[in-house]
Amino acid sequence: MNYNWDWNVFFKSTGIGSEIYLDWFISGLGWTIAVALVAWIVALIIGSILGVMRTLPNKAAASFAAGYVELFRNVPLLVQLFVWYFLVPDYLPEQTQIWFKQELAPTTSAYISVVVCLALFTAARVCEQVRTGIQALPKGQSAAALAVGFNQAQMYRHVLLPQAFRIIIPPLTSEFLNIFKNSSVASLIGLMELLAQTKQTAEFTANMFEAFTLATIIYFVLNMSLMGLMSWVERKVRVPGMMGGAK
Amino acid sequence: MIRFNNVHKWFKDLHVLKGVNLEVTQGEVVVVCGPSGSGKSTLIRTVNQLETINEGEIWVDGVNVTDPKTNLNALRAEVGFVFQHFNLYPHLSVLENITLSPIKVKGMDKVAAEKQAINLLEKVGLAHKKDAFPSQLSGGQQQRVAIARGLAMEPRVMLFDEPTSALDPEMIGEVLKVMKDLAESGMTMMVVTHEMGFAREVADRVVFVDHGEIIEQAHPESFFTNPQHDRAKQFLRQLLTPMN
Repeated sequence: MNYNWDWNVFFKSTGIGSEIYLDWFISGLGWTIAVALVAWIVALIIGSILGVMRTLPNKAAASFAAGYVELFRNVPLLVQLFVWYFLVPDYLPEQTQIWFKQELAPTTSAYISVVVCLALFTAARVCEQVRTGIQALPKGQSAAALAVGFNQAQMYRHVLLPQAFRIIIPPLTSEFLNIFKNSSVASLIGLMELLAQTKQTAEFTANMFEAFTLATIIYFVLNMSLMGLMSWVERKVRVPGMMGGAK
Repeated sequence: MIRFNNVHKWFKDLHVLKGVNLEVTQGEVVVVCGPSGSGKSTLIRTVNQLETINEGEIWVDGVNVTDPKTNLNALRAEVGFVFQHFNLYPHLSVLENITLSPIKVKGMDKVAAEKQAINLLEKVGLAHKKDAFPSQLSGGQQQRVAIARGLAMEPRVMLFDEPTSALDPEMIGEVLKVMKDLAESGMTMMVVTHEMGFAREVADRVVFVDHGEIIEQAHPESFFTNPQHDRAKQFLRQLLTPMN
């Protein structure tokens, strides 16, 4: 293959003010992080609530959460994104619809759609992990909590969840990385996150190989750092005798 | 203090408690014994409603615990329960295991709760282990912490569900010693156990359960020397001379 690699391309002007192509990548990375982090926080909250619901004696709550998981786990992410971005806004109340489609900047409405989509999609996966974590605990733990007079909420808050979350840190880590990788679907509804900026750079400069190489490196370094962060968290909350903790 | 009125319980088709009538008075130590599968663990778990019942009534300290309107959490806060498998919270230190419920359920202030916890740990001989985690303790030590955890709620009555059955033989003594001290301090206790030495020395009354029924109740001395019922005789024979 005869290809003239030109790594200087990132430092060339885009023709817009004093901007260089590297700035596009930095701004794209910023959006990727903004999408993934916010969606992750929401997914963690909703997923934990659903995960707890799945373990409740209340049948209605448990089946609602189970239904939620089936719905969001069995439809492709991209389909879900298009539904949230193209279909759902049409069913909003009129005022909200006008606000969403006309008053918001296009970037903002795309951002909202993709955060909602990723958060709800990932919540289904977090839910299953939280449920597994709770169910992995010995039955005696809930009996012990009830026997000292805890109500159900206190039992979850002080006894079950602190243990369950410690157990599920490794699978949660991979969901955490997934949400960063999955955030690239946002490029398909025009949000200029990392992948969209990469494609745009490739089109503007014709230096497709350099652009995608840089994107690959950025995603890789980003995810490696997140993994490092999560193992730090895991060490931080480690308790002797629980899940790989030293005796 | 505890009264069972014609208590029945079924696990699906299995009739595990068949009309139990039993009263434990204030300050009394009652040992419940019987062959495995006789329903004695189920019986003790119905007192704080870790197991529900299908028929009858159970009263604890003047409260009908089987009444759906009863606030079970408030009741359980007054009834200490010690489990066969200790069930300490593995993610919390020994001290935190003991202070968690006084702080969260009773609203006790943290400093006071810790002071009380250290007092209790001294009583069970484990003050030096306050910062250890449960997994760093032996079974006997864990069970002593579990007893301290129960006592931290200042219960009116303590229930013990086979507290020494999961322990290595050399650790049984240290747990029984703590229970004996507790009995001598006047605590009302209901104890499911196979430790006949404990029953003989500490219990005010022995209750023999078989097939979900109370077959015999007697003062320990007369129960051990002169059991009335054939099944009780057989049970004691097996327990005291297992090889024959």
